[in-house]
Amino acid sequence: MGTIIETNNLRAYYITKAYGVERTVKAVDDITLRIQEGEVYGIAGESGCGKSTLLRILLGAYQPPLTVVDGEVVYHFDGEAINAADMTEEQQRDLRWRTISYIPQGSMHVLNPVRRIRDTFHDFISAHRDVTKKESFQLTADYLRDLGLPEKVMASYPHQLSGGMRQRVTIALATILWPKLIFADEPTTALDVVVQRGVIQMLKDVQQKEGSTLVLITHDIGVHANLADRIGILYAGKLVEEADTKTILENPRHPYTRYLIESLPSLDSREERLAIPGRPPALDRPPSGCRFHERCPLAMDICKTDEPKLIQIEPGHFSACHVVEEEISRDGHSVYA
Amino acid sequence: MTVTASMPDSESAPLLEIDDLSKIFHIRQGFASQEFHAVDNASFVIDSDKPEIFAVVGESGSGKTTLAKMILGMESASQGILRYKNRVVNDLSRKEMKTWFYHEVQPVFQDPFAAFSPLKRIDSYLYETAQNYKMVENKKETPRYINEVLSAVGLTLAEIAGRYPNELSGGQAQRVAIARALITHPSLIVADEPVSMLDASLRMSIVNMFRKLKEDNKVSVIYITHDLATAYYTGDRIAVMLRGWIVEMGPTEQVLGNPLHPYTQNLKSSIPSIRSSEAWEEKIDLAVIEADEYTRTGCKFAGRCPAVMDICHDNVPPSIMHEGRSVKCFLYDDAVDAEKKRMLTPATG
Repeated sequence: MGTIIETNNLRAYYITKAYGVERTVKAVDDITLRIQEGEVYGIAGESGCGKSTLLRILLGAYQPPLTVVDGEVVYHFDGEAINAADMTEEQQRDLRWRTISYIPQGSMHVLNPVRRIRDTFHDFISAHRDVTKKESFQLTADYLRDLGLPEKVMASYPHQLSGGMRQRVTIALATILWPKLIFADEPTTALDVVVQRGVIQMLKDVQQKEGSTLVLITHDIGVHANLADRIGILYAGKLVEEADTKTILENPRHPYTRYLIESLPSLDSREERLAIPGRPPALDRPPSGCRFHERCPLAMDICKTDEPKLIQIEPGHFSACHVVEEEISRDGHSVYA
Repeated sequence: MTVTASMPDSESAPLLEIDDLSKIFHIRQGFASQEFHAVDNASFVIDSDKPEIFAVVGESGSGKTTLAKMILGMESASQGILRYKNRVVNDLSRKEMKTWFYHEVQPVFQDPFAAFSPLKRIDSYLYETAQNYKMVENKKETPRYINEVLSAVGLTLAEIAGRYPNELSGGQAQRVAIARALITHPSLIVADEPVSMLDASLRMSIVNMFRKLKEDNKVSVIYITHDLATAYYTGDRIAVMLRGWIVEMGPTEQVLGNPLHPYTQNLKSSIPSIRSSEAWEEKIDLAVIEADEYTRTGCKFAGRCPAVMDICHDNVPPSIMHEGRSVKCFLYDDAVDAEKKRMLTPATG
């Protein structure tokens, strides 16, 4: 299994100029990712940390003011390396939905309200393949049956379906052409737990059936825990920690990750849990040094001035934190208790 | 669970008394009209001497918001009685609503950015509420009063003065929304999904605040949410709603600690656990079309229930008191043959 998509020192800024005032929002700053074929890669972080911007760059669907100022995004399909920035419009059209697919945020609202579900599917399929209406209905019916969606859905209008069912129909629509690489942006946010579980189940089914790669963006660690193989934690446009799901949940090292996980309420105890103090920094003037130092309980002097590098602390586990770095150099190989 | 005894006035009267409350909408399909019970015979009481957080949970389209709107007097009840401090809310005059009821009962809504106009400075809402409800004698006193209220939600007037909603974070804006509700010194706050628009990290700060308001300001809160974890964390009592019915209601620790209704069990087991070892094994069914479940005769959960019996399809289950909570399910009805019941093992955890 090789890498299917990689980014190298990617920097993407929103550059605006209004009334002579230039403003640069550093939404994605120096991010290097290697996403493997067939894995579910989770991207987590608070709102405003650059999750959705990163996704837009990975998809190659961005316009000014969002600009890639440095680095690159490279896809690897069938042994061929494609640089996202060099693609012609035709190439993009060719890849999109067939090879790369996208489940947008709030996707239960994307269905055309005046067309039956089967007609929406036909529109979609016929834009990419030469099919008759009968063939595309058959294809849709088979696919929906495979995913455990009831027959009734085909002839319904979107408003007749429940929110969770609409969400699942949209996921089916985005994946019916068996894309190799699927991006999902907050696919379960604003859904209640039962529906959320149904949607997670379905994403898992879709991903496992063809062994496609799923890049999952959500702030909900609980969803990542149930779906992702590896998790990258984003804070203020930077990747601060990356490891496999089990390690992130059981042995998080970066203070921000630890906050994220410890602040989650659960049905195990009703003890008071503390929220993360402060709020994420504005990205047009990010703090100096480590971007988390203003909210960090362990901040040292060096954190205010020097930016920590993303270093490997154990095989496959990366963290960008001076405190962690110091612990490791002190104990050789420390175990966080 | 009906409360029929007439209540003596003022002091010992409950804060909020809901008795067989229903809201019926009519769906027209061609010439035929169908009744649609968005809230169906809800009954519960909130005491006035002991402030509490009463959580109402359920999936989207379970009637939670309609219930909240009725409590707030924004929607009239079709059947049943809703009394606040022994006064029937539906019968209050417009003037009484304004001079008395909204002093006592205040709302907090889901999206703070939709609750505030983007073109108005956010502190103007606080000034207006304070002046409209005559909370201060002297206009000059208003800023001091507002500052006092804001301190209850961990903000100062200096932080938000002159700022527009878009300049605040979601958590801050929601705090201002709660501060606005607190200006009239209410006894009851109805919060409809106050944290579902917020990040998990900010949720805790809002939810902790409700706990603090209950302790320090003696405010009761009806906390409406689909997030079971925060409901468990804050709620003293909980009501689980399904398609207009309250299917299980009682002390939070009992209801969520050991859920009895198959629907509550389903809800509990659907909370994603952060321990990856507890991934779900079995699959669940979702409702296809909401209206189908609403108009179902018999138990509304029968189509998805893993313990469904024949009786469930045609008969409405009674609310039964069982192990300290009320549960609307034939499984706990002694009149139903024990052999037919396939008791589910409650979810572990």
